[in-house]
Amino acid sequence: MYKYNNFDEDFVKERVSQFREQVSRRIDGSLTEDEFKPLRLMNGLYLQLHAYMLRVAVPYGTLNSAQMDKLAHLADTYDKGYGHFTTRQNIQYNWPKLSDVPDMLSELADVGMHAIQTSGNTIRNVTADHFAGAAADEIADPRPVAELMRQWSTDHPEFQFMPRKFKIAITGSPNDRAVTKAHDIGLRMVLLNGISGYEVIVGGGLGRTPMIGKVITDFLPQADLLPYVEAIISVWNRLGRRDNKYKSRIKITVHEHGIDKFRRLVDARFIEIRPFFSGIDQEILAKIEKQFAAPEFKIADTKGYEAVRLINPAFRSWTDTNLKQHRADGYVIVSISIKKHGATPGDATSDQMRVMADLARTYGHDELRISHEQNVILPHVHKSDLSKLYTVLRTAGLATANIGLASDIIACPGMDYCALATARSIPVAQEIAVRFDELKIEHDIGALKIKISGCINACGHHHVGHIGILGLDRAGVENYQITLGGDHTETAAIGERAGPGFSADEIVPAIERLVLGYMDLRSSPDETFLNAYHRLGVAPFKAILYPQEKANAA
Amino acid sequence: MARSFTPKVVTANRLIQGDTVWLTANGYWSSDICEAEFITDAGTAELRMIDTETQAHLVAGAYLADAVMGEKGPKPIHFREDFRTRGPSNYAHGKQAEKVEKNV
Ligand code: HEM
Ligand code: SF4
Repeated sequence: MYKYNNFDEDFVKERVSQFREQVSRRIDGSLTEDEFKPLRLMNGLYLQLHAYMLRVAVPYGTLNSAQMDKLAHLADTYDKGYGHFTTRQNIQYNWPKLSDVPDMLSELADVGMHAIQTSGNTIRNVTADHFAGAAADEIADPRPVAELMRQWSTDHPEFQFMPRKFKIAITGSPNDRAVTKAHDIGLRMVLLNGISGYEVIVGGGLGRTPMIGKVITDFLPQADLLPYVEAIISVWNRLGRRDNKYKSRIKITVHEHGIDKFRRLVDARFIEIRPFFSGIDQEILAKIEKQFAAPEFKIADTKGYEAVRLINPAFRSWTDTNLKQHRADGYVIVSISIKKHGATPGDATSDQMRVMADLARTYGHDELRISHEQNVILPHVHKSDLSKLYTVLRTAGLATANIGLASDIIACPGMDYCALATARSIPVAQEIAVRFDELKIEHDIGALKIKISGCINACGHHHVGHIGILGLDRAGVENYQITLGGDHTETAAIGERAGPGFSADEIVPAIERLVLGYMDLRSSPDETFLNAYHRLGVAPFKAILYPQEKANAA
Repeated sequence: MARSFTPKVVTANRLIQGDTVWLTANGYWSSDICEAEFITDAGTAELRMIDTETQAHLVAGAYLADAVMGEKGPKPIHFREDFRTRGPSNYAHGKQAEKVEKNV
């Protein structure tokens, strides 16, 4: 795993001490809020509805056990004993005191973590496939390149005052788990004649104007990656609209100028700057790659595992839903659901964080990942350790067998915390999960992605949910709009609005009706919600959601 | 004819703690909206907002929020402002869990 060198360490410590000064000048009144706000945002500190919020980056979603222990320690010492994992592979603390934040950042720096560029018009935390370095379907681990981009983009002088924020996602696998098509730049590793390079996707994004990214080049050699990404950002930095916040993201620039013109400009810029990349970036990359070397996988008997699966149905069900295929023999990828029915999606208590850290140390080669779906991953676990691991998870309330099912919901903080929200999202997620658990039909329903955002900014990815829910304020009352048929994978699609919104009381019954209706419509139990939607179109689903209108029209 | 004015309260977050507060008639910030000054004309509202600029060492992000007069004092109109008097709905954290301190 990547360890900071002295330069990184000094840089982060220096930033903490600068921020400590800024906070004390704010507290003694020499800085006004207007002066202080951009400074705190540069350090991941927001002011929300009920308190401050500190957003800490988990670069490309990778953590070791010491870092997870530190997150638990911060939750206990400076917050209310829990943290919230987000779709951007960050952790958010909802209750820090302004005067404590410099200490929090200083403690994070001790384990090589920070909140730099988690906010503001900068290149944000680069997100990656949460199964990176472990997945059986992967061409290569994308994290060394993500780390290279982090080093290159951090404090990059050209990119500190861009038209708007900039988000990059990367995957090393053809099965896209990093939602690359909904990012400003998405990078997908591809093979050409046995050589790995990247398909580069540009101009994707969610928010007010959702767009699926467009392919700007279908094969970019690895050595050209940084200059090419720099060329893209540099073209946008020049053309991007600074006059209108809603038109400032690269998706609008690409849309307004067209991908062909944009590509020409990028190619021209690339030719200009390519000579300045002398190859040092590739030397650095080679060093980084060594630090991401796979752990030494062990060889052990898996008969015991199969035997426990046979006799313990709860364990069997958990292994059916929460495990994914690993590239090493005898190993699996374990997804720990932090979506227990009725709990807040993405929230983990400090005790749970410590349990997960401990499991990573004992059974997981000291590695953890945060997924954009707000779960925690143990990427390398040997099958022979699974039943022991499961027992510990059960005791900690972490053994919910619902990965990829109806209750594995992404929900943004919504109006329970977020100052920008137009409605709550957490209670809707909680109620949907509890309802499907009561009905005991989750496993019957099968793969289903429900995603909820508390406003048009779409932090909860609702546009790419099979079922998306958007919370709005309609004349001073919470109202929930449903979108259908979104897809967050390599076949990404923006969901279609189903019709008028539902009140807070109606939304959960509407979702229940929709899902039960799908079960009647599907051709076989194997036909997923999304497949049924593709086969049948939106009409029958609308009819289920709005039975009254159907009756009126009849 | 004067334009109709929806009564307001001035609200903000306390600088260090970040919790929600409301401006009282005697110029203190209270954790209880019931103690807020109930502002019924645009001129006073504007004056109070100018006053808050001298309060940067106490609060952040002051703004005017619509209110109505209730039995115990001003009450929020919008659900967002109502949530701000209580705290989040997923945990008993924030004001709903803490003893409301007065006049700090
Ligand atoms: C509570 C503080 C937050 C604030 C103030 C905030 C603000 C915003 C804003 C303004 C946008 C729209 C950007 C645009 O379209 O230009 C946005 C997008 C987004 N945010 Fe947040 N957000 C917050 C929390 C979160 C959380 C908790 C997550 C993860 C769960 C998240 C993940 C995202 C994602 C994935 C997008 C859409 C992707 C895109 O940038 O197009 N945000 N956020
Ligand atoms: S979608 Fe809206 S409500 Fe949800 S976290 Fe983002 S800005 Fe806040």
